[in-house]
Order: sequence, then C-alpha cells, then structure tokens
Amino acid sequence: MEKLYQEIILDHYRTPHHQGLRAPFDAEVHHVNPTCGDEITLRVKLVPAEQTGDEATQSDDLMVADVSYESLGCSISQASTSVLTDLAIGHSLADVLMTLDEFTAMVTSRGTITGDEDVLGDGIAFVGVSKYPARVKCALLGWMAFKDAAAQTAAAMQATTAAEYAPARQESIG
Amino acid sequence: MTDQLATDQLATDQLEAHALSTGPGAGDLPEEPVVPAAQLSPAPEAAGTGTLSSVDVERIRADFPILERTVRDGKPLVYLDSGATSQRPVPVIDAEQEYVTGHNAAVHRGAHQLAEEATDFYESSRERIAAFVRVGRADELVFTKNATEAINLVAYSLSNATFSTEPAAQRFRLGPGDEVVVTEMEHHANLIPWQELCRRTGATLRWFPVTDDFRLDLSTIDEIINPRTKLVAFTHQSNVLGTINPVAELVDAAQRVGALTVLDACQSVPHSPVDLIGLGVDFAAFSGHKMLGPSGVGVLYGRYDLLEAMPPFLTGGSMIEQVFIDRATYAAPPARFEAGVPMTSQAVGLGAAVDYLRQVGMTAVADHEATLTGYALQELSAISGLRIIGPSDLVDRGGAVSFVVDGVHAHDVGQILDDAGVQVRVGHHCAWPLHRRFGIAATVRASFALYNTVDEIDALVAAVRDSQRFFGAG
Repeated sequence: MEKLYQEIILDHYRTPHHQGLRAPFDAEVHHVNPTCGDEITLRVKLVPAEQTGDEATQSDDLMVADVSYESLGCSISQASTSVLTDLAIGHSLADVLMTLDEFTAMVTSRGTITGDEDVLGDGIAFVGVSKYPARVKCALLGWMAFKDAAAQTAAAMQATTAAEYAPARQESIG
Repeated sequence: MTDQLATDQLATDQLEAHALSTGPGAGDLPEEPVVPAAQLSPAPEAAGTGTLSSVDVERIRADFPILERTVRDGKPLVYLDSGATSQRPVPVIDAEQEYVTGHNAAVHRGAHQLAEEATDFYESSRERIAAFVRVGRADELVFTKNATEAINLVAYSLSNATFSTEPAAQRFRLGPGDEVVVTEMEHHANLIPWQELCRRTGATLRWFPVTDDFRLDLSTIDEIINPRTKLVAFTHQSNVLGTINPVAELVDAAQRVGALTVLDACQSVPHSPVDLIGLGVDFAAFSGHKMLGPSGVGVLYGRYDLLEAMPPFLTGGSMIEQVFIDRATYAAPPARFEAGVPMTSQAVGLGAAVDYLRQVGMTAVADHEATLTGYALQELSAISGLRIIGPSDLVDRGGAVSFVVDGVHAHDVGQILDDAGVQVRVGHHCAWPLHRRFGIAATVRASFALYNTVDEIDALVAAVRDSQRFFGAG
C-alpha cells in the first residue's frame, strides 16, 4: 500500500496547494468521475508570455498565471490536483501540456513507464497508481479538467489574437 | 423481515415436485438425465430447516471454486460484493457446460432433435424460475439481457403504446398531465428509464423522498400517488441502504388509483423467499448474475393480461405471428418480448441457480444473511468515526451495509480493504440521487450472500480500522 500511497501523496492530500477558487480566470470547468461521483470545479488564468517579462519566451506563448479549484474526492484525486497546480502555475502552457502528457503516460502505463522526476516533480509519486487501473481516473481528474479549461481559454484567446486581448473576467467569488 | 418477504417456509416440497415434473428429464428426453437439479452437490444438511450451520456454509463454499483463490499477493479472497454480482457454484457452471456441449441449438426454431432439446432446456428454466418466485404461469416471465433491460422493456412498451393505434394498447398511453412515481432510493436502472419515458411522453416524474432514518417518506402517499398517477416504480430492497420497502402499502395506494406497479426485485429475490404473486405487483425485474446465475440474463415478470395488451419493445425474429412486407402481427407473450435468438445457456444456468438456492432453502439463506448483517452492523457501529448509511437494526432490512469513515474517502477505504483481500464496492452504487440526499459523494458497501462467513466480517472490520490508521483518522 505504501507504494500506492507514497508520503508525498498523503502530504498533498492533508495540505493541498493552491486550493480554492480565485479570480481573475479565463475559463471554469466542472468535471466528474461518473463511476464514483468525485467532482472538481477548476479555473485557469492564462496570460500572454510577454506579460511575465520573460524575454526568452516567444510572444505567442501562453503562461499559466493561476490554477484554482474546489474538489470533492479521494486522496489520489485531491493530491494529484494539488501537484498539478505546483507544476502548472508560472510555467508556459506548452511545458505544462508536455508534463501532462508525461504524467498521463505514466499513470496509464500499467507499470511499464516509471516517469521522469525532472519533468514530473512530486507527480512521480503517482507511479504506483498505474498498477491500479480503477484509480487512474482519480489521478487524472484534475489534470483533465485543467486540459479542458486551458484548451477553452487558448481557443478563445486565439480567436481574438489580432484584436486586443479582452481582459479577464474580474468577477467576485461568492 | 416484512410479511412480504417472510411469506412462508418455502413450500419446498411442492416447489421441487413442480420443478421436477416440468423439467425436460421428466418428459420426452429419455437418454440422459438433463434436469440441472440432478447435478446439485449433496445438499447442505440444514436445507429447508431455516438455519445454516458453519458446516453447511463450508459445504456451500466448497461449491464456489472462486472462493478458494487468493488476491493481492496471496491474501485469501473475502468477497463482500455480491450485491454487485454474485459468484457461481459448480452446478451452475456445469449446467451451462452440459447444455453447450450436448444440446446447443437455436431455441424455438427448427424441428430437429437438438432444437427440441434446446427449447426444452430453455423453457424448463423459465418454469423453474417462475416457481422460485411463486409465479404459477411461466408465460408471465420474459427473459431479458439483464434487469435493466427488463425495466426498459416496460418503459419502452408504454411509450410505444402512446403511439400505437392498437385498441388494446390504449390503456397504456401516457401524456402531459399523467404522472409516473419513483423513489429517491432507486438504482439508476429503475430511475432513468422513467425519466426518459416522461421526457418522451410529456408525463411528469414524481418521487417519494427518503427520511433521515433511511426509509421511504410515505407521509404524503395519497398526494404523491393520486388519480393522475399511471405508474409507480420502486425497489423492493435498496441496493445501498438495505432498506426493505413496504410493498403492500405502495401497491394498495397504486391500485386505488388504477396505477401500474413495477418492482425492482434485484436485491430481494437472491436473498429471501419472494412471492411475486403475493406481493400483488404488476411487473417485477431481477437479474441472473446477482442470484448465483450467469450474467447476460435477467427476468421480467408481468401480469399476463398486461403483457398480452402491451406492444413489443425490441422487434424482429421470433416475436411475430404473421409478417407481410409492409406490416406484421405479434406473437403472444412471452415470445412477443423475446426478439432474436435468446441467451439460452445463460437461461439454463439461471435455472440451475434457482435449483441450487431452492435446495439450500431461501428461508435458510435469509436467516444466514440476517445473522451476517446483524454482526456487521454491530461490529462496524463500534468503530468511532464510522457512520452506517442505512437502518442500524435488522427490522425490514437486508444484507447491504453501506458506510462512510470520517476523514477517509470511500475510495481510499476500499483500496486498503482490497489490499487485505476484502472486495467491497465503493462509490455511489448507481444511486447518485440517494447519495446527494445524504450529502455524500461515495460510500463503502459490503454486501453478503449465502457463502459469506462471520470471519469474513471480522476481516472487513479489521481492514476498516487499518484504513483509519493508515490515513491518520479515527
């Protein structure tokens, strides 16, 4: 059991990072795991890279400015979303999507892919999940929500590329 | 036990006499003893007496090969998920094999010997299953793919009636202003078909809420079941709570206003003596794989005068009377509702399953499971931080025990249990509205069958305590 529930996972479960729903955000999604009823509401805020002041980044790159969420779920899904926020916030969207692919490949590999710790950081702790097919959806719940929200945001931003980028919504959060 | 369930001490002799007299071996198949009942293992000594000793249970367990295996690095299998699907005894496996290796053919087609034998096997199963649920006319039983299909058969037949020009079908028409009643504790299989029927016809869906003590709230029964009500669909025994519902009260209310009743009997028929005629329902559904039989076969019981007036659901071969290029007329029930070549070996297996259950004795099965349920409730309730989601005593309650553990999500409890070899269900158990009612996303459910033991409940309880230690709760 300790191989599945590594201490890193239990730490993130007990003390989740970046929890709560915040503004500003570009897209909000609600994802559920229909087999167990777990659910997550997740928001993404992307900004064009130049706003970060990072000259090395291409101007049409997007940076993940914030990922915020509220969720109901098991330790695996809660911890994995917490790890996702650490790996996403402040990184380029392209890099985060590559990390997401690496993470997805590892947890769906039935134990054949061990994952690259340099890419996955704390995400490497979820290597044990791949041996429990029933838990893979738990580990991916937050990541798939992020992918969906980021895709929606990127599509909306590209639709307004030539025009001035519409400012993000600044709604107050009840 | 309700009086609906504790109907009688089985009338075992009568039933066995009936089953044997109607089995194919009793008639015109002289070469081989083909009655699956003849393959039964030696009967447990307590058969029919209303109790199972630990020796009996060990003998029963020996009939279930899967119970000998280990899981998760050598842990003995503790199978507490029979509410999802039950395991199969050797006589069921053998009956299917005997049918497939010796008698397989398309039933109700052709006039060759194999076709006759196959048809006899298939129809003999129908008769023995009918007798098992106290239905005197086997043609009131329709074989379906599963219980879900059985309920959908009724729902789709009613919506087909809504668009039918057949005079006989007019009584089943539904439209705006009509009401269909369900309950908040239904399995999705007895909820979504009615949601969809209402959507298609414009009828209104209503439901009985569930009380804080896990019972149907019938305080407004005469308001919820009213002259606009056309159909009342409800479960006999909740697959989550274990609650056994007051069938007689609901049937009386429905009959007063002329509404049809549909009973989800999936969780009652495998675990207690059930008399469908005595219950007075118009329709009932149950599934083979939850009662020691194969998957791929379910049963719909329907009052014959209703089935006879109902339009078909699935159409095609075998369900017709006469076919012309532009129209057709339909066979009498049950054939009208069994389009295509049916699941024959599964039906044969289910026939063997009811023979097995009848030989053990359903009162004995119910008593044994009540003992297990009582012990589980007692031991689980003693764990601090654990809350039972269901009645805390055995009054009108069956053997599904669902619970939540403070600070440990049901999936995580289930994972620790699995590591100990204890196989339980976690999640919403296809009863999401019921879980919403209690503000919980998921529960852990242990469910019992005739082959479970008190020792297995000890293993469950120990593993639950381990999960609390592992996650630092409790």
